[in-house]
Amino acid sequence: MSLRKHLAGAVFAAALAGLGAPAAQAQTPGTQYFPLQSYRVGPYAAGGTGFFGGFIDYMNLINLRDGGVNGVKLSWSECETQYIVEQGVECYERMKNSNPPPSAWNPLSVGIAYAMIPGITADKVPLITIDHGRTDSTDGAVFPYVFPLLMNPYSETSAIVNFIGSKVGGDQNLGSKSIVVLYHGSPYGRETIPIYQLLAQKYGFKLQQIEVPDPGTEQEAQWLEIRRIHPDFVVLRGWGVMNPVALKTAQKTGFPANHIIGNVWSNSEEDAKPAGDAAKGYIALTTQATGTSYPVIQQIESTVYAAGKGDMADKSRIGSVYYNLGVVNGILNVEAVRIAQAKFGDQTLTGDQVRWGFEHLNLSPDRVKALGAAGLFHSIDVTCSDHEGHGLVTFQQWDGTQWHRISDWIAPDWALLRPIIEASANKYAAQNGITPRDCQSQVASN
Amino acid sequence: MARFNKLHAAAAALFLLMALVVPFIPSDYLFDAILTPMLAISLAALGLNLLAGYAGQVSLGSAAFMAVGAFTAYNCLLRVPGLPLLVDLGLAGLVTAAVGVFFGLPSLRLQGFYLAVSTLAAQFFVQWALTNFAWFSGGDTSGVITTPPLFIGPMAIDSPVRRYLLSLLIVAALTALAVRLVSGRAGREFLAVRDHELAARVLGVKILRTKLFACAVSSFYIGVAGALWAFLYLRTVEPAGFDLDRSFEILFVIIIGGLASIRGAFLGAAFIVVLPLLLSRAGAAVFGSTFDSGLVDIVEKIILGVLIIFFLRVEPAGLSALVARIRWQHITRSRTVETSGSLT
Amino acid sequence: MDWGFFAGVAIAGLLAGVMYSLVAIGFVLIYKTSSVLNFAQGAMVLFAALTFVSLHEEGLPFWVAFAVTLGAMIVLGILIEALVLRPLVNQPPITLFLATLGLSYVIEGAAQLFWGTQVHSLDLGIEDVPLPLNAILISQFDVFCAVVAGVIVAALTILFRYTRTGLAFRAAAEDQYAALNTGLRLPVIWASIWGVAGFVSLVAGLLWGARTGVQFSLSLVVLKSLPVLVLGGFDSILGAIVGGLIIGLTETLAEVYIGPYVGGGIDQWIAYVIALGFLLVRPTGLFGQRSVERV
Repeated sequence: MSLRKHLAGAVFAAALAGLGAPAAQAQTPGTQYFPLQSYRVGPYAAGGTGFFGGFIDYMNLINLRDGGVNGVKLSWSECETQYIVEQGVECYERMKNSNPPPSAWNPLSVGIAYAMIPGITADKVPLITIDHGRTDSTDGAVFPYVFPLLMNPYSETSAIVNFIGSKVGGDQNLGSKSIVVLYHGSPYGRETIPIYQLLAQKYGFKLQQIEVPDPGTEQEAQWLEIRRIHPDFVVLRGWGVMNPVALKTAQKTGFPANHIIGNVWSNSEEDAKPAGDAAKGYIALTTQATGTSYPVIQQIESTVYAAGKGDMADKSRIGSVYYNLGVVNGILNVEAVRIAQAKFGDQTLTGDQVRWGFEHLNLSPDRVKALGAAGLFHSIDVTCSDHEGHGLVTFQQWDGTQWHRISDWIAPDWALLRPIIEASANKYAAQNGITPRDCQSQVASN
Repeated sequence: MARFNKLHAAAAALFLLMALVVPFIPSDYLFDAILTPMLAISLAALGLNLLAGYAGQVSLGSAAFMAVGAFTAYNCLLRVPGLPLLVDLGLAGLVTAAVGVFFGLPSLRLQGFYLAVSTLAAQFFVQWALTNFAWFSGGDTSGVITTPPLFIGPMAIDSPVRRYLLSLLIVAALTALAVRLVSGRAGREFLAVRDHELAARVLGVKILRTKLFACAVSSFYIGVAGALWAFLYLRTVEPAGFDLDRSFEILFVIIIGGLASIRGAFLGAAFIVVLPLLLSRAGAAVFGSTFDSGLVDIVEKIILGVLIIFFLRVEPAGLSALVARIRWQHITRSRTVETSGSLT
Repeated sequence: MDWGFFAGVAIAGLLAGVMYSLVAIGFVLIYKTSSVLNFAQGAMVLFAALTFVSLHEEGLPFWVAFAVTLGAMIVLGILIEALVLRPLVNQPPITLFLATLGLSYVIEGAAQLFWGTQVHSLDLGIEDVPLPLNAILISQFDVFCAVVAGVIVAALTILFRYTRTGLAFRAAAEDQYAALNTGLRLPVIWASIWGVAGFVSLVAGLLWGARTGVQFSLSLVVLKSLPVLVLGGFDSILGAIVGGLIIGLTETLAEVYIGPYVGGGIDQWIAYVIALGFLLVRPTGLFGQRSVERV
């Protein structure tokens, strides 16, 4: 009895203390602070540890090698989301009033990003959704604070079709081909349905889109359907465990892996490796190459890991897809800060000032090379109206143990996609009472 | 008319505290991340408790009904211009009640875990339907809905405190209604069906009508809770947010709070919403800098599981019983009181 | 109608059903003796597969890793029984169910704590490629799984029906107090049944892990086996296998022949609807014996 009373008392006292505690965590003053909504537990932990590991390692490199960005050190803290939207939102609420203020949010989750858009817009802090996110947020006139950097889902779709075109000897040959898109049954998976339809109309290929319900541990029916359709290519728009199972089931039903093209969330070692031999020859799109041969990655190893400050528990994952994406994400965030500093001074910047940096984030191939990342990713050029930044993509093939690049840097058909993006953004603006900015005058005034 | 006793006075005092004093705490975090979701979860748990605790029909599909409520509220507001928000929330509840009655039909033939697992059909079907038919999300192929600007009359519900206060008022009103319901004839009929269906039938309780009524009322509450969750808490939701884990969470709330207890829903929600936050705060504060953060997160999850099991062991009748006992002891000092699951 | 294709779909569905059954059997074992719907079954499958694959990667030979993992699973089962379920023995089933849900957090956490969050591949040495039959595809690996499942079901059926131990299991399931009165040592019985359940989890974990990769999502395979349980009855091993076959068959046929007309992706819920429809006709499932208690 007394045990129970003590337990109850302890729980209530702790609860009250917790509720009353200040929400913001104390950060080192005078630094540029990045709140990280990471996920290192749960079904998607492998992706989270790689991405946030790469991001943190790059920020550590800047601190150790350069003493920060023009003397302003970078700082960060992590909050676990388990990839669950509500936990991500709680983390956002917990970290948003920190001092120094957040520079930018990088949740690496479509669901969490969607839920944060109203909040971060009110706070005036940029939200970075590298390689993913809400496609229409590319239109910076309606979404001034959201940046789907490098590639949005529509561009990805277009790039994949362009790549298939190059595989069959030119876009004019697409007309006689048949493509199946196997997508994850979630908002993320369904987002590109109309774009594939649009491209099928444009190029005349036969298209069938088949859904795999979450989580996708069983795909017998879907692959039998594919076997009946007998397509030339299957585009895999998967997530998590769905990817290796797709490759395994493809092997089982006799579909060749080298005619399966994975999208950006089906492109990691964690997607291919569990499928074992079935993944040999599998092709996937990526915005950043794998491997450790780039100077920036080597400097991370020689500076950060040599100092014992590396974030990856398993060093062999340095150079993996998610890790390198984290490093690229680090580069883009840090360069946005640097560009903003040129305008606002070498000091701790507010989120709104960093946003200005993102909106003027222009890294030419030469600049990318100077950053030690030539070949890791191509280039980026963000403007007020285009928050994606004309990122180029490349394709890689799995040889059973690692990825190899098999294509040049490919450009999606931005001009074709732009009107759809604007229409969708304007609809969002109308529904939410937003008056789009005039990006023309923005360009003039800067 | 329910008796107005000390307990009701305490509830009223708590409500006044929450409505008049708490809003002056200057912390958006408190409202947006703790109190508003806690109120929505409490309401959903209250709904489930009416069905599971009082009428004895366990459902594992609560999150699906929350989704029905959320998407109904969204669609009505989108398609009927000028619809008042409170009417909209009422419609969300009514539509969910209708859906709940439909999925409640198996309860006429099934019991126990067979019924519980069958409710998973509702869970998966609703999630699938909302994701697959773009109509439900206003033409957005990805199935994500974003709350439009909300107004009560001329007042915009646009700040954390206002969202919290609106949730509080709705939850308080529905709670008062639930208290009346369970202390009246309907509540007694629920308990009769739960405790002994045959005996209830002999006593003239219409089993079929009672079960379906329980489904309807329960779903109404859960639907409104879903609408609050979508409109006042997250403001952008996707069907995947109403997954099986959310259903389990609500079930946790009523078991930990106490079955067949109105206040149990609130105590349980406080426990389930606040405990993980405290753990994650404590983890960050104690180990944050010394250990790999992934490790800390994993340990937190283990501790959460252990605490739940530990709690079920020491207090299987729930927090509600614990509170009742502490109160009773306070009054009578020596007597030990049995912890039945009856109303407050 | 293309009957060759139809036959291919039907066979693939049946073989998929075997995979569901493997997980369902673990549920049945626990439910049969303790009347608990052990939701931690998925976490146990994950734990077993992750332990095995990590030990194997550390260099232990297959059978040594298998034996060590089996030992760990038995210890885990005994601990669960002693620390979680026995203290809750007279609580309503729903409380026990939630306790196993809490338990799944602990086991999933422990698995990740010990072995990390990486994704592992698992190669059992049996190629997952179609056998050289002409039109109809049958994967060798699926055939292997079917044989394994058949052996397990046969062994368990013999154990329960024809041995003294099995008789004791059934007595314990039927009436705990009566069993105690007749001198049965319930803790020993419960511990051994958890050991058997641990073994089944390990086998299921290896077979599923070989197909999906050994990763956190393995704990999600339970969602596929719940409708099997509803259909086959929570307490029937034969029901688990027959239910699995029916569910696998009908959901695959439904996805291929009905799915395209309603937008696809229906096989997640159609299984529950099939099970539910069946139950409305026969409320205790295919082979359920005991009267169903209320929750």
